[in-house]
Amino acid sequence: MGSLNNLTEHLETFVDVTRSPTHHAESLKAIASSLEKGVLSINQLVVEMDMYLTTTDDVVRARGILLLAEILNHLKSKPLDNAVVHSLIAFFTSKLEEWRSLRGALTGCLALLKRKGVAGVVTATDAEAVAKSMAQNVQVQSFALHDRKLCFELWECLVEQYPEAMINLGNLIVFATCEAIDGEKDPPCLMVAFHVVELLARLFPSPSGPVASEASDLFEFISCYFPLHYTHTKGDEASIPREDLSRGLSLAISSTPFFEPYAIPLLLEKLSSSLPVAKVDSLKCLKDCAVKYGVHRMKKHYEGLWSALKDALYSSPGRDLSFGPEFLTSPGFEMDEIHREAADLLQRLVKQDISFLGLVVDDIRVNMVFDTISRYSRYEEMPDTSKLEVLVVSQILSVSARASVDSCNIIFQTFFFRLMNTLGIVETTSTGDLVHKENSTVSTRLYHGGLHLCIELLTASKDLIPSSEESSSTPGSAQQSWCSIVNRFSVPLIGAFTSAVQSSNDDCSADAYLGVKGLLAMGMFRGGSSPVSRSEFEKILTTLTSIITAESAKTVKWELALKALVCMGSFIDQYRESEKAMSYMGIVVENLVSLVRSSQCSLPYPLILEATSEVCSTRPKYVEKMVQGFEEAFCSSFSDFYANGNFKSIENCSQLLECVTNKLLPRVTEIDGLEKSLVHFAISMWNEIESSFVFSYDFNGREFVEAAMKTMGQIVGVALVDSQNSIIQKAYNVISSSTLPAMESIPLTFAALEGLQRDLSTRDELTLSLFASVIIGVSPKASIPDVKPLIKLFMVSFLKGYIPAAQALGSMVNKLGTGSGGANISTDCSLEEACEIIFHESFASGNTISSDDSSKSKCGSETLLSKICLGFYGSLDLQTRAITGLAWIGKGLLMRGDGRVNEIALVLMECLKSSNSSGNAMHPSAMKHAADAFLILMSDSGECLNRKFHAVIRPLYKQRFFSITVPILESLIVNCQTPLSRTMLHVALAHVISNVPVTVILDNTKKLLPMILEGLSVLSVDAVDKETLFSLLLVLSGTLTDTKGKQSVSDNAHRIIECLVKLTAYPHLMVVRETAIQCLATLLELPHGRIYPFRREVLQAVTKALDDPKRRVREEAIKCRQAWTSITSRSTPV
Amino acid sequence: MVSGLINENPTVYERKERRVRTDSTNTDEFSVEPIDQLEIFDHIRDIRDPEHPYSLEQLKVLTEDSVEVDDGKSYVRVTFTPTVEHCSMATIIGLSVRVKLMRSLPPRYKIDIRVAPGSHATEAALNKQLNDKERVAAALENPNLVEMVDECLSPSFDDA
Repeated sequence: MGSLNNLTEHLETFVDVTRSPTHHAESLKAIASSLEKGVLSINQLVVEMDMYLTTTDDVVRARGILLLAEILNHLKSKPLDNAVVHSLIAFFTSKLEEWRSLRGALTGCLALLKRKGVAGVVTATDAEAVAKSMAQNVQVQSFALHDRKLCFELWECLVEQYPEAMINLGNLIVFATCEAIDGEKDPPCLMVAFHVVELLARLFPSPSGPVASEASDLFEFISCYFPLHYTHTKGDEASIPREDLSRGLSLAISSTPFFEPYAIPLLLEKLSSSLPVAKVDSLKCLKDCAVKYGVHRMKKHYEGLWSALKDALYSSPGRDLSFGPEFLTSPGFEMDEIHREAADLLQRLVKQDISFLGLVVDDIRVNMVFDTISRYSRYEEMPDTSKLEVLVVSQILSVSARASVDSCNIIFQTFFFRLMNTLGIVETTSTGDLVHKENSTVSTRLYHGGLHLCIELLTASKDLIPSSEESSSTPGSAQQSWCSIVNRFSVPLIGAFTSAVQSSNDDCSADAYLGVKGLLAMGMFRGGSSPVSRSEFEKILTTLTSIITAESAKTVKWELALKALVCMGSFIDQYRESEKAMSYMGIVVENLVSLVRSSQCSLPYPLILEATSEVCSTRPKYVEKMVQGFEEAFCSSFSDFYANGNFKSIENCSQLLECVTNKLLPRVTEIDGLEKSLVHFAISMWNEIESSFVFSYDFNGREFVEAAMKTMGQIVGVALVDSQNSIIQKAYNVISSSTLPAMESIPLTFAALEGLQRDLSTRDELTLSLFASVIIGVSPKASIPDVKPLIKLFMVSFLKGYIPAAQALGSMVNKLGTGSGGANISTDCSLEEACEIIFHESFASGNTISSDDSSKSKCGSETLLSKICLGFYGSLDLQTRAITGLAWIGKGLLMRGDGRVNEIALVLMECLKSSNSSGNAMHPSAMKHAADAFLILMSDSGECLNRKFHAVIRPLYKQRFFSITVPILESLIVNCQTPLSRTMLHVALAHVISNVPVTVILDNTKKLLPMILEGLSVLSVDAVDKETLFSLLLVLSGTLTDTKGKQSVSDNAHRIIECLVKLTAYPHLMVVRETAIQCLATLLELPHGRIYPFRREVLQAVTKALDDPKRRVREEAIKCRQAWTSITSRSTPV
Repeated sequence: MVSGLINENPTVYERKERRVRTDSTNTDEFSVEPIDQLEIFDHIRDIRDPEHPYSLEQLKVLTEDSVEVDDGKSYVRVTFTPTVEHCSMATIIGLSVRVKLMRSLPPRYKIDIRVAPGSHATEAALNKQLNDKERVAAALENPNLVEMVDECLSPSFDDA
């Protein structure tokens, strides 16, 4: 009985209107779930609820009925006895009469009517009773929004689920609907109401049915909403968007042909209104009507429709053809929505009934266009009205032609001959010769308007060619008609377009645009039944290609032709036109690729490369061809350089490599097989270097080496592991056959290194750099042969000042031994061994300074490398190089989370002290390098050790380094003796702080803030540190705005302000001044008491900044000054 | 005060598009960008008219050409044109322009405000009043006037 007690409680809760909605929902849920579980039956519930359902207290009764209804709503899928359902629906139906409990009655009816299949459903008779009661008792418009919506939903549900029962009701239901809709204004209700109308129309399709007889009234009730206009647009997000409602209305209007006599005149009238929304809605609705009402009913409105359409098309103002390459594939002018919808409707009408085309064909205005065309030869000469005329007629004709094959035939038969005649283009006879009827040459009659119309027609017709499979099954003669017309004119047309392009000059892009667009249109006919034969197609390709190769600079014509070729290339690829692909390959691709190879062309080399890469990217096969060509071009240019000393060739090589890096590499994932080709390219590069034994000509080819390194590194970066292995192998072979290995044998002792004065030869430098970039790019899984000698090689190289070698070494220690699973076996060296080589073994051997051998695989200050860093031996150069190299190695270790980096950090910090342990003073330059080493360690590098180059990156490595180094640096700063060392320590600290994620800073604001402030003042002394200063200032500004840092900022306010005030006059960097002033403005968020004392000081500084040489600083100063002035009690203007 | 508006129905002109400065000097750290006509016009173009929700630029009280500036001599002269000849708001407008410039320009500047010749009934008196240090200072001691000026200078909603 416990459940029953609970039940009473829940019932009381729900019925009590003073309780909150959440309480109501909870009790409802509890009852529903006990019913669901079967603890309680419906019968029991109803008996229990008896009092609530029948009481004379209106409020309680209404709540009780609503509760029952809501419960049923929750139990839609629970099977119920048919008798129960019957009695329940009868109960709710009877309650419809009572307006006080209407909400519950509606909800209950709806819940029961929506039940499906096995669960026990309402019978048709009961549904009829509901509908009758609704029609007789419910005055929809007298209720509130939610109830009205329920009413409409109930109607919707009845008509949708019980069509037979509703048919029985006949007129009654139509009347009731009309009455319900009359005066409705809320979008959610209207949405349902429109759907009800649509359903009714479907329910009574007969011409003698109630909808047919009441069509005029029904239409009146819905048409008054057209065109929809929302008076309250804002603050009603939950409501229905205008587009949806407008769509619903359109469907309702077009729902039955019986509306036709009322709808079409109304829509045509609204179309003539000046309101753009009305026009668009009318056009959309007319399109729906045209489909639904059928040809027969629409026919009598054709005249009206056509003139309205024309008005709509002509009325949208401000359109003009533009002749840019970006418009090559679009109609060339902007269309607004009205225009688009009108064109759509026209196409719909023509498609549906070819007789509509008669109006178009016979239209005087359309026919007049030929006069207009022949009056002006140049587009720019036309007055605006004529331009509009030509554009609109072109569009009308092309849209109509696009509608169907038949319409296309008619349009071509009627207009194409005339057009050709106007243009002076004469068809080819069967023998293929031109018949010259008149003595006019083709070029004299290139009317721009005519060309535009012609192109529009051709473009429209090309979509009508069925794809090759379809055409073989239906070789219908119907489509041949227009096809044969185009075919008869194809040769002279291509000739005309060609001559248009050729006659164009730079200051007029119209000729070039129309010519190229025409050629493009002629080249885009699909399949075997194309009216353009293969030889003509090839002619088009030849013409376009020759435009590209003949130019000597990047002109509009050049860009147009290139764009057209790219379009055709992707079109061929899209429709798998194998024959055309062969032509394209033969004419375009091979031509351009051979130009790349020969580079004997008036066109500048970068342009050839651009054209080739654009054109060839359209198809994987072309890409393959192109990379091959690039490869050959690279090889021949390169060998031309080292054999003949042709500097032009090496420049070409750089440009070629740049093209590969910038154009091809980013698309490696899009183009199949590109990776393979590029790997081949990389190996060819190595082959070429291998075969060039000596450079007979030394050159200062920094540019080339950099380009080559970039390309090589990135190719290795994107290549698969197997390909990487083959590149490494190749590169290793080249390296080992060069003179470089001699360096490996140099004992890594101080004396030997000191002796290395001779610089590397150009070729060796190139080889070494490229090899380094390969090592930088490889993934940890790839195998590197002979790691140990290579490490020595890189060691020697970076000590000689080759930074890439240091980076490669960093990459190596970063990736060694981390290859997954058994990949380790491929490397013959573990990380331990590598570190030993770097930090210990060979350095120690033969060295007079005895190092502590017990501390193996340490890299602390005892190793030779560290000692060089600390300046115990060797020249200053050697010292600085060693420091930088150590930083890169440290970075590699740091990123993989290796502990050895701590010792490296200690060595670097040791370098920052004014004197080393044995009392020798550090050279300032060495200290500077050591400070910058922290930037190398902490910043993200674009050149190596990043994700692109498969670096092993342990999460939070920066945070770890931060927490290790910052305390040490702080204590060093505190104990520092000389100003120089202090500055350098601050630079190092600034690098660490400004590269760590800002959240770390915010967690430590209290501790860091004094250090940052001191750093800012120390760094502001020397202009050299301006960038570092700026990044540190950014860190400070980050802490000012965050809530976490508020307290310590507030505590340090006086120091911060003092520091910022100084920086407002920082002479070396504008952004520093700007940021400092912005920071001062942010400080105003601090408590008034903290900042008020500094008002005078800040205002003075900012007033001075009003006279800053830079405008941006002045602007900030004005804002900041105003803000600070306003904290004084009275806003004194001055 | 008169109860009605002085100019009931002023002509409103379109605002000129803000010119974006595209000079290459931005890249050079040490080049000097002198205070110029446009910069000063930018300071004062958005000052609101005391009786209409339009800016002085929209009412053509101020144009770019109404600013004359010589950065070397630290001198600026703004000539404004009241919308009607007997406009009693001209003093408030002039005062607002002066205050705005005093707030925006370095103290070395001498600011001269005047109404365009022939555009106001009491032109001479007005010019004298606007450039009299004592009277300007006195005006700014008057809380009512300061409130009005601040109202004109407060940033409007549509230029964020």
